[in-house]
Amino acid sequence: MTESLLEVEELRVSFAAGGREVRAVDGVSFSVNSGTTLAIIGESGSGKTVSCRAIMGLLPAGTAIRGSARLRGRELIGLSDSELRRHRGSEMAMVFQDPARSLNPTMRIGIQITEAITTHRKVSKGEAQAQAIELLRLVRIPAADRRFHEYPHQLSGGMRQRVMIAMALACRPKLLIADEATTALDVTTQAQIMELLLELQQELDMALILISHDLGLAASYADEVLVMYAGKIVEQAPAARLFGRGGTVRMRYTRALLDAIPHLERPAHALLPVVSGRPPDPTALPQGCSFAPRCASAADDCLAKAPTLTEHAPGHRWACWHPCENGSGMSEGGAS
Amino acid sequence: MSAEPTGARLVSANGKEEPLLSARDLVQEFVVRERGGVKAGVVQAVSSVSFDVMPGETLGIVGETGSGKSTLARAILQAPRPKSGSVVFRGADLTTLRGRKLLDARRHMQFVFQDPFGSLDPKWHVRSIVEEPLVAYHTGNRAARRKRADDLLDLVGLDPARYGKRHPRELSGGQAQRVAIARAVALEPSLLICDEAVSSLDVLIQAQVLNLFERLRTELGLSYLFIAHDLALVKQVSDRVAVMYLGKLCEVGPGESMYRQPLHPYTKALLDSIPSTEPGARRASATIQGEPPSPINPPSGCRFRTRCPRATELCAAEEPKPRELATGHQVACHFPLTEPPPAEAAATAAATAAAPAPAAKGAGQ
Repeated sequence: MTESLLEVEELRVSFAAGGREVRAVDGVSFSVNSGTTLAIIGESGSGKTVSCRAIMGLLPAGTAIRGSARLRGRELIGLSDSELRRHRGSEMAMVFQDPARSLNPTMRIGIQITEAITTHRKVSKGEAQAQAIELLRLVRIPAADRRFHEYPHQLSGGMRQRVMIAMALACRPKLLIADEATTALDVTTQAQIMELLLELQQELDMALILISHDLGLAASYADEVLVMYAGKIVEQAPAARLFGRGGTVRMRYTRALLDAIPHLERPAHALLPVVSGRPPDPTALPQGCSFAPRCASAADDCLAKAPTLTEHAPGHRWACWHPCENGSGMSEGGAS
Repeated sequence: MSAEPTGARLVSANGKEEPLLSARDLVQEFVVRERGGVKAGVVQAVSSVSFDVMPGETLGIVGETGSGKSTLARAILQAPRPKSGSVVFRGADLTTLRGRKLLDARRHMQFVFQDPFGSLDPKWHVRSIVEEPLVAYHTGNRAARRKRADDLLDLVGLDPARYGKRHPRELSGGQAQRVAIARAVALEPSLLICDEAVSSLDVLIQAQVLNLFERLRTELGLSYLFIAHDLALVKQVSDRVAVMYLGKLCEVGPGESMYRQPLHPYTKALLDSIPSTEPGARRASATIQGEPPSPINPPSGCRFRTRCPRATELCAAEEPKPRELATGHQVACHFPLTEPPPAEAAATAAATAAAPAPAAKGAGQ
């Protein structure tokens, strides 16, 4: 019996925009175990980033957060700023998409990492600096003691992201959230950073949450995949169950995402199966299934009543009245 | 509208089909200056690049940040003009034309950029934006232009009655990109140059816009120069793919054969780095280490050699010339992947690890 590191239950986040309530996250539940990787996948505005920011306590004041998020059994929702600060950094940390904007351009990177260490731990300056160089080595930055004295602008995008990861790991957190952390990077650099994150995860026995729009990234690097649409989880399953030959994607939105990804196997000029329209307005969500207005298989019941996220098979939850047949859809070679 | 039909086959005297666009030995360089205007170095952004785009063909150009792919696109457009080389488009060398003649030659070559909001005037109505190129080239009268603008909006899947009077800020990213595309095809160009045209769109919207490009290709007989960083995306829309690294083309060939049998080690590294939804094929772990060196001081010989697992002394001493190893499939590499790796490669790879800015050691497992 292993207890989950992070346990999120019925998380709801809403804020007021122009006098109307925006329900950004609408009843999300999931858990993550130490040493495993969860990918949260969705398009812009699906609520994937807001969920994680709510857990981290990084949403602006005035945001209504309900539900529960427990890290090692301790409730995070409703904690005061000073209490949260103790958890952030030391137990959980986050890496963002744009390292250039997260780093202070006027400070040497070594000083910034040292600061991250001394904020959370009582160590001497010399010791903190030694640890900072050690962290730069940990994230495989060559010539770490020289890089320590450099400014962010002297580093490439990939190197800056490594520095951000080093800072996030300064206090050996148990949970690391990477929010589109490789989206702005080149594909070869992305592969390097992802390899690094997975190696560090094993070394430090961390839980890793990857927030991304890219199902390919989830398939390649995550153990568990969770797909969000309009603030709700619409499908969740182990990556091995969803992807590849004999993969069983059931929710039609996940299927649409998977079919829309550029594929090396697809012949040139092949038309993509498309979904028309756009995600719904978060201030006026439809009564039934949020995806129904764009779904080719939507029937009357889809428009009338929203399907609930239910575990239909061991470890596989989906919310759809008319799910895809096993292995149906566009993916090639369904001959298994 | 325009006198000749779009996508017209250009046939030379001997009956052979001639390329629509032909770039030869294009070079673009920028001087970097330190404080006080002292010359600090020359960025060799595009170095002796040659390629052809045939009528009706889509040529994809794939490369990472700093590979020079966008600079190459702008050099073709003559904005700014390339330092040397020629750009022959529909039989005329754009590098020798100026003023009105250049404008007239260029009306058959249109651009779609990554950020649609950056390329649409925020104060204009959508209909005026699409109509603008028709005004600029004095096409038809006002009523005819209005009608044509509405037809174009229809063509890209936007209802003119609903969207014609909107401003760009009232559109989503995908809709704004459709407006940019409608404007680009307004003058019935024969070539559309797309520079990361779908990169900022969510994947479902991206699929819609890609299908639109595909439909315009068949309906209008368009040719494309499709530039992007995503090899899977480029391969999907292109007949042929050119891979660019640090200002040079390292491999050009049909997308399918490049995917089945990449010839250049860099192409293979790109292919291996793409996250796949096939977990069986995941993470070959053979991705290259380090980062591209600076284009101010590119490596001698082959520019990829500092990161190449197959590099030898020959690669440092001599620049590999493009060779055709299969039909229409060229590679610029001394030791292409169809041949066994050179014996001395391992030793040289270790020696070059100290070269500018590569991550020194392999990450291991």
